[in-house]
Amino acid sequence: MRITQGTFSYLPDLTDEQIGKQIEYALEQGWAVSLEYTDDPHPRNVYWEMWGLPMFDLKDAAGMLGELRECRKAHPDCYIKLNAFDSTLGFETMRMSFMVHRPAEEARYRLRREEFAGRLVRYTLERA
Amino acid sequence: MGESIDLKSLLAESGVTGVLDELDRELVGLRPVKTRIREIASLLVVDKARAALGVEGAKPSLHMCFTGNPGTGKTTVAMRMAAILHRLGHVRKGHLVAVTRDDLVGQYIGHTAPKTKEVLKRAMGGVLFIDEAYYLYRPENERDYGQEAIEILMQVMENQREDLVVIFAGYKLRMDTFFQCNPGLGSRVAHHIDFPDYSVEELEAIAGGMIEELGLRLSPSARAALGDYLRLRREQPNFANARSLRNALDRARLRQARRLLEAGRVDAGMLMTLEAEDIRASRVFDAARASGATEEAPC
Repeated sequence: MRITQGTFSYLPDLTDEQIGKQIEYALEQGWAVSLEYTDDPHPRNVYWEMWGLPMFDLKDAAGMLGELRECRKAHPDCYIKLNAFDSTLGFETMRMSFMVHRPAEEARYRLRREEFAGRLVRYTLERA
Repeated sequence: MGESIDLKSLLAESGVTGVLDELDRELVGLRPVKTRIREIASLLVVDKARAALGVEGAKPSLHMCFTGNPGTGKTTVAMRMAAILHRLGHVRKGHLVAVTRDDLVGQYIGHTAPKTKEVLKRAMGGVLFIDEAYYLYRPENERDYGQEAIEILMQVMENQREDLVVIFAGYKLRMDTFFQCNPGLGSRVAHHIDFPDYSVEELEAIAGGMIEELGLRLSPSARAALGDYLRLRREQPNFANARSLRNALDRARLRQARRLLEAGRVDAGMLMTLEAEDIRASRVFDAARASGATEEAPC
């Protein structure tokens, strides 16, 4: 199952060149870019591991692409996403966040159906 | 012969002529430095022409080493260098990141590599300026973490040439021993540029610019006094060229301010003019008079 999340989730995976251009765009806007990785890409899991600190004073995409290479080498079987954080007053939030790496064998999820009294049904997404 | 390219128009297109002329106009003296920068600019333009004609060559290594006494303009030129390399398309962003040993070397095991990498990341797409680079290497302590920083630097200088240019700076003698102790680093630095000391005339020209920037002017007698001051100060120890000059002017401004307060009423001309007495009150003249007196004493 192909897992999609965040910005560009409807597109095929970006190449490194395209990722670089997105980073350039984020830096031009004055956003700070950072990397996060996880082995649990469940949509409700918001606690991804940080790969280093957000780079607040980066000027060029090359630095971040280098970090991405390192991160892929260290965690080839994890999902990695790139975040761009906007610190301007009023936003102070993520403006862009997209996946930059997925493992060769993707995580699988299954929909579990539970029945309760009065024909009530609850659904849960669980790791297969 | 196939198609041809007009190098002159290519140079004009890049807008680098403006920066080079500005360099000539605004920086006094520094003949060898300017020549070398022009050469580098020409090389990059020729490389561009080659690329336009489809001859693909490796990007030249432009890591540099600036040596010279304090106050000879190493940082100023490095700043210009970043702008020039950016106009010529050698670096993508053209910013300058100036660091010293403290920014690169950590305090405990495992602290240095992330610190150095962080700085390198910041400098990517621009110029990394390492001031007093010889402090990175401490031969007296073989467990010094500086060595680690040097190794990471070398690796990036070699493998990511298109991403950043590294400029080392420091005093001539100590830089020479630094490169002797780290031959790998020395061989990766293609351009060694020596910054000569300024002559008195050049220093006077620099003073003219500084004073104009401060919104002041020198009275004719003050101009003569400044010349005398520079001739004397140059012979004394710890002379830091343009930096000493700036300090001297700052002190002259202090004396001028005190003199004006004591005068009570002033007009615009007085507020703007440095007089000879503001400069002649300097300790440099005292020292000269004292040594002059002892020399004369036997007669």
